Amino acid sequence: MIPGAGTEETLQSDFYRDTILPNQQSLTFTRMDESERRSFSHSTRGGWLMAFALIAACCLGSSHLSAQDWVKTGTSLGVAKVRLAVPDFKPSSGDPQNAALLKTFDDTLWNDLDVSGVVELVSKSFYPLQVPGQPPEVNALAWNAPPPNAGMLAFGSLGVASGKLTVQGWLYDVKNTQSPQVLGKQYSDTSSEAAARVMAHKFADEIIFRLGGGLNGIAETQIYFVSDRTGHKEIWGMDYDGSNQHQITHLGSISLSPRVSPDGSRVAFASLTKSGWEIMMYSLELNRAVSFPHMGGTNLTPAWSGDGTKLAFSSSRGGGPEIYTADPSGGNLHRLTTAKGPEVSPVWNRKTNAQIAFVSGRTGLPQIYTMEGDGTNQQRMTDQGYAVSPNWAPNGQFLSFAWVRKYGPGDPGALDIYLMDIASKQWVQLTHDGGRNDFPSWSPDGRHIVFQSSRSGKEEIWTMLADGTKVQQLTFTGRNTQPNWSWK
Amino acid sequence: MNQKSMKWFLLIIALSAILMLGACKKKATPPPPPPPPPPPAPTASISVSPNTIQAGQSASLTWQTSNATDVSIDGIGAVQPNGSQSVNPTDSITYHLTAKGSGGSQEATARLTVTQAPPPPPTTSVSDEDLFSQNIKDVYFDYDKSDVRGDQQSSVQSDVQFLTQHGNMNITVEGHCDERGSTDYNLALGDQRAAAVKNALSSGGISASRIKTISYGKEKPFCTESNEACWQQNRRGHLVYQK
Repeated sequence: MIPGAGTEETLQSDFYRDTILPNQQSLTFTRMDESERRSFSHSTRGGWLMAFALIAACCLGSSHLSAQDWVKTGTSLGVAKVRLAVPDFKPSSGDPQNAALLKTFDDTLWNDLDVSGVVELVSKSFYPLQVPGQPPEVNALAWNAPPPNAGMLAFGSLGVASGKLTVQGWLYDVKNTQSPQVLGKQYSDTSSEAAARVMAHKFADEIIFRLGGGLNGIAETQIYFVSDRTGHKEIWGMDYDGSNQHQITHLGSISLSPRVSPDGSRVAFASLTKSGWEIMMYSLELNRAVSFPHMGGTNLTPAWSGDGTKLAFSSSRGGGPEIYTADPSGGNLHRLTTAKGPEVSPVWNRKTNAQIAFVSGRTGLPQIYTMEGDGTNQQRMTDQGYAVSPNWAPNGQFLSFAWVRKYGPGDPGALDIYLMDIASKQWVQLTHDGGRNDFPSWSPDGRHIVFQSSRSGKEEIWTMLADGTKVQQLTFTGRNTQPNWSWK
Repeated sequence: MNQKSMKWFLLIIALSAILMLGACKKKATPPPPPPPPPPPAPTASISVSPNTIQAGQSASLTWQTSNATDVSIDGIGAVQPNGSQSVNPTDSITYHLTAKGSGGSQEATARLTVTQAPPPPPTTSVSDEDLFSQNIKDVYFDYDKSDVRGDQQSSVQSDVQFLTQHGNMNITVEGHCDERGSTDYNLALGDQRAAAVKNALSSGGISASRIKTISYGKEKPFCTESNEACWQQNRRGHLVYQK
């Protein structure tokens, strides 16, 4: 969450029957050809449970893989995404600051809704010339008919007065001319560009919550990552859309694999210290490192359980790198794995807090495994190649990870992001555009994945929808790696 | 002078003359018979050139005598009345020549100072760290592997030998990986590589307490080209002198 600032007032909130779509969602993996892919649709009907059904003989076992294994999300196909029109907000005062703040607000709101995966934004080129800033100004007929053919309309006004920024925003169901008002909000804060961004994020999240089946939007979430732009690899943070990139650690060494706690108060990471690789803990509230015990050996890849009560990490304190659990203060240490071959990169099932996925080199090249939180029932998930960086989807049913499926002399293959259904071990390839793609991390709404890609020439942070679409680059300066999406 | 002083002066002269003559006359002995001329005394001289040498060098000893029939130099023995000789004593010495003849004997000396050779210039002592880097061999690994290859055993043995000979040296083994592969997995793999080298050295008899390990994964490569030659360079246990 972005630290709260300013005030927020609800002017109208109507859990309108047709507005809040039933609280369910489905993710379906099918094999599609190119033409189908372009017209695939997304539905938010179904259940909060993500059901994974594989149609056609795609990806059964280790049969030939094809780069055409695109993901189609939705169950009740044929139900189109809500068409939402979002005209620019109107200035509510004559303050000269308005223009710049309006641009920031409008761009942020548009992007938040565009990448949400929940609505289809109507192109601004179809909008009528008359744009409303206040409810009395709404002409529903101008919006619900062609060319815009919108189902919903988000509009409002923004203005600065006496150093204070105020935004009023509304969501209207323009197909319901009787009672179109769904949502009205007013935000107020000391005027600044950052405040304009926060207000846009909050408003976008309100819309997404209503149109996205009751799941919280991610517009105020944070991404933590590693950047070397200062000359050393340090831990950085940024808004989920790439704004507000800021340095967190100043250790001047090599700091890697940040993982923020579920409550957003601390970031665990690994750092090269005088006594070797240590797990370190940084308090975002106190703005400094807090103590974590020296474990001995090489300590890497800390991971939080979904309830914040446990940490898992890799440690070679007992000889070779193995998976351990501990409580967040480093006490209550338990060793979970004993196999020869490095064990690293554990991640918890945040839904049950009782399973861990991890990487093991016990058979040679690294593979993905799962096990119970006490180390029992270790199961191998990948069947070949080089598989690393597992990340468990919020619904507990999918793993995302990085995979080079083909390995061998002269055939380095490509490192791409994959999704796998844990129950069936069926998998789908998500990235297809070249580069080395690694370190996928799920957004809390389960709809987005942030990852590292070298497709632009060097390692940068990118996001995409969990079906591989809406790929966006977030970082551009230095080398940026190992992203981790916050939990809220 | 006036007439009166002149008279006095002449009187004193006369009196002095009478006294002196009288004295002389008193000492005078009756003239002895002329003695037969004595045999001439021997002369001797000796010199050494140069008169300062360094140990190991030679000098030339030269002497001259006359009226001598028996000439000897201490430490050398009887020598010709005139001559020269090369000498190369190891210590300072005084050459003592004795020349004897019917007229007596005469001695002469010459001093030869022998300075010790200057100490040899100190050889530049090779530092332990230089010795280490000249002799220690790194251990190279196959892709994704952390076991010590057969063809690396000789390097391990050589390192064991060197570290045994230099029991005062301690080392750190760094585990490195090539650029392919993921950051975190490579750190773990590097950890295993460093441990493997440490184990191999311990098996050879080097005390484990002399060996620290650290993994750098692919974070500190030795080269950055994307080809097998460079990748092999990076897949190694790198031994570092612990100061």
